[in-house]
Amino acid sequence: MSVLVFAESENNTLKRNAAEVASYGVALAEKLGTKCTAISFNTNNAKELGAFGIAHVANINIASNHFDANAYAGAIEDHAKNTNVTHIVLGSSADAKFLAPILSGKLGAAYAPNAVALPNEMNPLTVKRTAFTNKAFVYTQLTSDINIIGVGNNTFGAVENAIDCTVEDMDSKQFTSNLEQVSVDKVTGKATIADADVVVSGGRGLKGPEHWHLVEDLANVLGAATACSKPVSDMGWRSHDEHVGQTGKPVSTNLYIAIGISGAIQHLAGVNASKVKVVINNDPEAPFFKAADYGVVGDAFEVVPELIEKLKVFKAQG
Amino acid sequence: MNILVCISHVPDTTSKINFTENNSLFDTNGVQYIINPNDEFGLTRAIWLKEKQGAQIHVIHVGAADADPTLRKCLAIGADKAFRIDTAAVDGNAVAHELAAFVKNNSYDLIIAGRESIDYNGGMVPGMLAALLDIPFVPNCVGLEIDGSIAVAEREIDGGREKLKGSLPMVIGGQKGLVEESDLRIPNMRGIMQARQKPFEVVPAQQASASSQDITFEKPAPKGDVKLVSADDLDQLIELLHKEAKVL
Repeated sequence: MSVLVFAESENNTLKRNAAEVASYGVALAEKLGTKCTAISFNTNNAKELGAFGIAHVANINIASNHFDANAYAGAIEDHAKNTNVTHIVLGSSADAKFLAPILSGKLGAAYAPNAVALPNEMNPLTVKRTAFTNKAFVYTQLTSDINIIGVGNNTFGAVENAIDCTVEDMDSKQFTSNLEQVSVDKVTGKATIADADVVVSGGRGLKGPEHWHLVEDLANVLGAATACSKPVSDMGWRSHDEHVGQTGKPVSTNLYIAIGISGAIQHLAGVNASKVKVVINNDPEAPFFKAADYGVVGDAFEVVPELIEKLKVFKAQG
Repeated sequence: MNILVCISHVPDTTSKINFTENNSLFDTNGVQYIINPNDEFGLTRAIWLKEKQGAQIHVIHVGAADADPTLRKCLAIGADKAFRIDTAAVDGNAVAHELAAFVKNNSYDLIIAGRESIDYNGGMVPGMLAALLDIPFVPNCVGLEIDGSIAVAEREIDGGREKLKGSLPMVIGGQKGLVEESDLRIPNMRGIMQARQKPFEVVPAQQASASSQDITFEKPAPKGDVKLVSADDLDQLIELLHKEAKVL
């Protein structure tokens, strides 16, 4: 019996969510009374997982120089079978959610995505996770020989627990892709909705795409990602990549700031996994106020520029 | 080209979510069911492929007869034949095994499912199905072009998009972007009448065993009242976010 954590990386460097996923795996292993190791691919700094309690990392050198779901799944399947792994922990990034079901299919493993806490029971393994697009939680029992848990973003958090970590580099060139990467188009140097601590989102109340500098300037001050409501992306004011809500991207961030968004039930479903929600809206009856932690009733065109200036001062004071 | 579109039957996006039987079952009382939105984007893309380059579109659902109206709607908006594998859909693994057995007995060039169902949000069936069939899979798919036996599919990644190319047959996890909301078809009277004549087959299940089970549900704790801050005192908002919420 052992726990295996899939530590994601990008450009040969661990991704931020690797810390949270490793922390979850280590805590799970402790509850199970077993050990937790990690697997990474083409990663130069895998040793840093020691900071979160990982004692051993199998760093697989694989032919693909980018994330490759089928090849990674093959290599993890092989490693899991060779090392008597019973529990696999991954994150909730787009790549992790791509990989997990393929791995589950290959291993015949049960899979519980969107976990929000450590299992509340170990036998049978019972995991609390979100369902009905964050409108509810469900406790799911996993009863396979190997069980896979997908940890929701920002649910467990990174837990520092420094130990010595050894990295074993292994060649696994035999695992290949069944897809060829044609191109990748990725914004660089800007926080993404998936891994930002703060998301600033704009709605129809902003009256037109020409006013989006308000959202962007506020996001810049906070190091936040930008998002928008469904009507905004439907009207073409902003790209679909920014649409958050039930049929758009889910948001589970530490701070979600909604500007000029009334808060339709589908929007709330997509964002209410966020820890703290702030609403700025000139309509005191906007349903979002009922779902928010903090609210400002006021004209976004006055409130947001002032908030930006005040935040600049706050940030400058450290 | 033969296309199979996998259909989930889910509560309408505005449904109130409640539970019954000691929180062990979803309360369907007063709930309207619809085609899972992510599946409907995929079905509509399949209809476009049919109109542009010719295709047979089959839709399939794993579950009980209460989903039949949802499958009829798929026929009314352009699918050619519907199948329902007659078994309770206990978990993603069991559903993927049922679908895999069905696909092995039939021949499809393209299998389109949704990114995830909006009820259980598992997002696991398409990837598991691809693994069981040992064919390529592209999730979160926002673009799809088919040229002969090659598919180029674009997926959303965190902060961007990635274009992937592979051989058919392939499994796609579709979502908004594959077509737009305004492209979705509303069944017209002619379509609804035709749907009654289209073949609809109930298929016996393989009785694939599940490896997980949803035991109890819980609703999020009721939210405390919102703290309103005056628009004239934004310093207070920053103070609250910094000291109370600790997110700044």
